[in-house]
Amino acid sequence: MMDASPPLFKDIDKGGPAQPLLVVRGLRKHFLLKPGLFQKNKQYVHAVEDVSFSVAKGKTLGIVGESGCGKSTTAKLIARLIKPDHGSMIFDGEGVAEYGGLELKEFRRKLQMVFQDSYASLNPRLTIEQTIAFGPQVHGVSKDQATNLAHTLLDRVGLKPAQYANRYPHELSGGQRQRVNIARALAFQPRLIILDEAVAALDKSVQAQVLNLLQELKEERELTYLFISHDLHVVQYLSDEVMVMYLGQVVEKGPVERIFNTPAHPYTKALLQAIPSMDPDHKTWVSPLSGDPPNPINPPSGCRFRDRCDHAKATCHTVSPALSKVEGLSDHVVACHMNDGFSQPHLEGPL
Amino acid sequence: MNELLLRVQKLSVQFTGTRKAQALRNVSFDVAKGEVLTLLGESGSGKSVTLKTLLGLNPKKTTLVSGEALLGGQNTLTLNEHNMRLYRGRVTSMVFQEPGLAFDPVYTIGAQMVEALRAHEPIDHDTALSKALQMLERVQIPQAQKRLSAYPHELSGGMKQRAMIALALICDPQLLLADEPTTALDASVQIQILLLLRELQKERTMSVIFVTHDIGAAVEVSDRIAVMYAGEIVEMGTVHQMIQSPQHPYTQGLLAGAISADQRGQALKTIHGSPPDLSQLPTGCSFAPRCFKASAHCHEMSPPTNNNGQTALACWHPL
Repeated sequence: MMDASPPLFKDIDKGGPAQPLLVVRGLRKHFLLKPGLFQKNKQYVHAVEDVSFSVAKGKTLGIVGESGCGKSTTAKLIARLIKPDHGSMIFDGEGVAEYGGLELKEFRRKLQMVFQDSYASLNPRLTIEQTIAFGPQVHGVSKDQATNLAHTLLDRVGLKPAQYANRYPHELSGGQRQRVNIARALAFQPRLIILDEAVAALDKSVQAQVLNLLQELKEERELTYLFISHDLHVVQYLSDEVMVMYLGQVVEKGPVERIFNTPAHPYTKALLQAIPSMDPDHKTWVSPLSGDPPNPINPPSGCRFRDRCDHAKATCHTVSPALSKVEGLSDHVVACHMNDGFSQPHLEGPL
Repeated sequence: MNELLLRVQKLSVQFTGTRKAQALRNVSFDVAKGEVLTLLGESGSGKSVTLKTLLGLNPKKTTLVSGEALLGGQNTLTLNEHNMRLYRGRVTSMVFQEPGLAFDPVYTIGAQMVEALRAHEPIDHDTALSKALQMLERVQIPQAQKRLSAYPHELSGGMKQRAMIALALICDPQLLLADEPTTALDASVQIQILLLLRELQKERTMSVIFVTHDIGAAVEVSDRIAVMYAGEIVEMGTVHQMIQSPQHPYTQGLLAGAISADQRGQALKTIHGSPPDLSQLPTGCSFAPRCFKASAHCHEMSPPTNNNGQTALACWHPL
């Protein structure tokens, strides 16, 4: 395994390995809807609602959820691509873009993103060598050095520079383009990479190749990943910790084995049961969930999952559950009244 | 074996537009009455082209089709436009991947179902409407009466796909072509639609050709699986055969690439490289450049397909 990229940027780890790399507190984002002609009230899409979490150094946090649950909005808020309505962020012990804190430009270098659509995220008029070398130049690296770096990185992600460096994005396959996107992210020597459905659009045989590459790079460069996906198999394979989101809120978070073996939230359980079995003798006969996710413009009161939940009680309609420890474990938390003692399913009758 | 419904033989499709491509090569398979055959493969393997060709949906000017598709003794590939209209929807119907694009946005769900019914059956509007209502109730759309007068954009993704299935089945077709009907849906909705399709198929002893790239979904619904690669069927057999003892290196690679819990911390087994360009297919076996068992022979000669309509295996060195 070769890794010859010179340290172009000096990064000093500030807090040591015990301090989380990223801490997010109370992140919230509501999008204003364009009002209709005769509409008086303003309507908001409740995209992200009080999301708090932290990512440990060198670990991978997987974020799971269905479309519209706020996974991608969370990612964009963290990268400061959109401004949060509320909430704060600490990156390696420093506040981001606050007075005396880490500057936004420096923060964005340390945090890189890889998106789902590999074609849309590359400039069609730049060769891939130019694309990869562009970023470091913005941060003050000379053109020659940046080009050298681009070649080293292309080689590292499995694209021979002699053959590929001067190609344009449309001359590459989907898997190759995603490798270019990864190389471009690496060119900044980031500490955190947000992978937003980065392997979702790839064919299965190519997906496995890219996942292997991501695993190798993480070890080699001590990276931290925020891995967003709706594919539970992939999340289970790659993540150390998993966070499950539903309609803009975190409903469960814990170590990957806990989430997949002893899930505490009814939604997490249903998601796991909804994975088609690979065994022709044990086909699924009953759907674990009925209906579609509700509309984020008018989320249900109380627990947002209540309408699709088999265990919903009167409390669930009025009181919104907060994250609480499962079996006293501080790293496994769930937002459900069955866990926090608000509702006692065996005492209350059905609604 | 049940009564034969559809026999596709040596179906080849070539696109001759500005970008030329050999999309299908000698595809043959049988579908019995009440059977579900899944075409499994990656993008560009020819799954969707097969379905579109069966319904005559490819642009005529730039498509060269050869081979035959016999349904009830008639070759459906040579139907004229008038007979094709009678055949589409009535005998063979299709469900698409994007329900949002398949519906006409300016007509209500009810109007589109009534139109489809009355195109094929001599019934009045009210009878057609009540049939449409029954069908919507059958696919478990809540408040079906209300949904009849709803426009497609007013329904959620899962509901649209249910309505799409209702529309496809309203004339009681013998064969349903399902082109990745669950790919665009969320996991919790996907399993609901798969279960619904399986129920309806059993209830009507309908035959289904189901196209997917998701092995899990294929196992849930199918009786037989045909694995496609670069426009060919490389292996075909019953679900048990294919899952438990795949013989083609590509099938085995696909199954090994399915990610599971016990692989954590290990490198995934991969098939190196990527699928070939359909306009410049390699000589010999099209999988040879990516195959770990390939010999010099594989690069020169295409393997025989050994296709009898039920099973197939196109490989010089089966596992």
